[in-house]
Amino acid sequence: MSTVIENVVCTFCGNLCDDLAVEVEGQQVVKLRKVCSNGVGLFKEYDPTPLPPAIDGEKVTWEEAIAEVVRILDGSDSPLIYGLASTASEAQRKAVALADRLGATIDTTSSLCHGPSGLAMQAVGEPTCTLGEVRNRADLVIFWGCNPAESHMRHFSRYSVTAKGTLTPAGKRDRTVIVVDVRPTASARVADRFLQVAPGKDYEVLTALRALIRGKPVAPGSVGGLPVSQLQELAGQMKACRFGVIHIGMGLTQTGGRDVNVGEVFTLVAELNQYTRFSVIPMRGHGNVTGADQVMAWQTGYPFAVSFNRGYPRYGPGEFTTVDLLARGEVDAALIIASDPAAHLPRVAARRLEQIPVIVLDPFPTLTAETARVVLPTACYGLDAAGTAYRMDSVPLRLRPVLSRQRPTDEELLDRIIEAVQPC
Amino acid sequence: LSVEFTLITGRTRAQGDALHRGRTSEAYRRATRLVEMNGEDMSDLGVEEGDLVSISTLAGQVAVPARKGDLPRGMLFMPMGPAANLLVGDETRGTGMPSYKGQTVKVEAV
Repeated sequence: MSTVIENVVCTFCGNLCDDLAVEVEGQQVVKLRKVCSNGVGLFKEYDPTPLPPAIDGEKVTWEEAIAEVVRILDGSDSPLIYGLASTASEAQRKAVALADRLGATIDTTSSLCHGPSGLAMQAVGEPTCTLGEVRNRADLVIFWGCNPAESHMRHFSRYSVTAKGTLTPAGKRDRTVIVVDVRPTASARVADRFLQVAPGKDYEVLTALRALIRGKPVAPGSVGGLPVSQLQELAGQMKACRFGVIHIGMGLTQTGGRDVNVGEVFTLVAELNQYTRFSVIPMRGHGNVTGADQVMAWQTGYPFAVSFNRGYPRYGPGEFTTVDLLARGEVDAALIIASDPAAHLPRVAARRLEQIPVIVLDPFPTLTAETARVVLPTACYGLDAAGTAYRMDSVPLRLRPVLSRQRPTDEELLDRIIEAVQPC
Repeated sequence: LSVEFTLITGRTRAQGDALHRGRTSEAYRRATRLVEMNGEDMSDLGVEEGDLVSISTLAGQVAVPARKGDLPRGMLFMPMGPAANLLVGDETRGTGMPSYKGQTVKVEAV
């Protein structure tokens, strides 16, 4: 006999859609409603059956596996703890505690997505709002360097385009949607207007927009591939709207300029508040990558790239970030939690993970686990484990499991490891 | 003939769907091992849909099938994944972030 559980949170992406209806029969999800294809993949592909841990691919007991983890971490001079984007904040907190105890470096997948947005936030501040405000108030929505049609599929219907809110009762008819990108993405097709910026020229376009909004002259012609007349029109729309929001993506953070691009967006948005209400929300990718930033910041003072190797937290983007550490060969053991760096890192950095002992905690098989020394198959928060995750607008949501848990959680395993390792 | 292009990597729906079948699956390999190009650029290089093209940077080289995409001339798009990551260097300019987007790459028909 099946049971339908309403208002379930999907942890696949930073949308954290919390309206799913999940039909469960025994230990299997059989049907889902109000879900995108990524949500279907997450809920239907996860098998909660307990799996034994493995050392070098050989099944072992949990005691043997934990003993090997402790041996590796105690023997390491420069351990790295990395990932954390797809685990719960309770486990993220334990990971920071373990880094503190080991004198390790701890970094999250933020360093490969919106780390530069964090740097910009520290430099100029972040004028932001919640997705509820976007849904209920925004009449001008700009997507800059992001493609939610393929990465955050229900963002349009739940928050930003067709969603109907208090002051946007007609949904899309009450909003103007603009997409700015270097190529006409799937998201551009739903926009009222698409502005194609030349690759690597976002900063120039943003600076010209700031000038135009202040009423300063900009030489006729084009900036960053866009006619100044188009930018003038956009500046006018931004000043005239009732409530505007810019959603920014990795088109700004992963290209030349990085944090400087995002800083220019934050400054532009702050200045627009002299004329109207305007906000910015980074489109965060993994389900709880925002939580990783939050937990790191309130535990260490910094959102990512933190080293405890001197006994206190030190911040070092470019120094303690994962790609830099691995590429320079400065890590001699790695604990990877709920992430797959072998799939995401530049190969020149990922290669290092094949040369050092790696420990993987993950509910799913990963490329990183294929060459890891120790693999610990864990429960999946939001499916068979309870926990907390932060939506992309930093609103924390409680994850209620829909399946019975038979596997250990990241939090439980990290607790066992913390108790067993030698303090540095 | 070797021509310079600007490479953009990013998420695709197919890559997302294949992800759930496992990153070790054939579906994931197929979804991430391709390059999209402007149709006129393909003609200039003498490349047809599905032909292999070699893409190289200082970091590495990869040969992947080409597919016509809605892209401006001079731009390539590859889904994020192990194939694209062979081309991305480790320079992060003090931020921790490599150049996943906007790298100059060399392309030639195989």
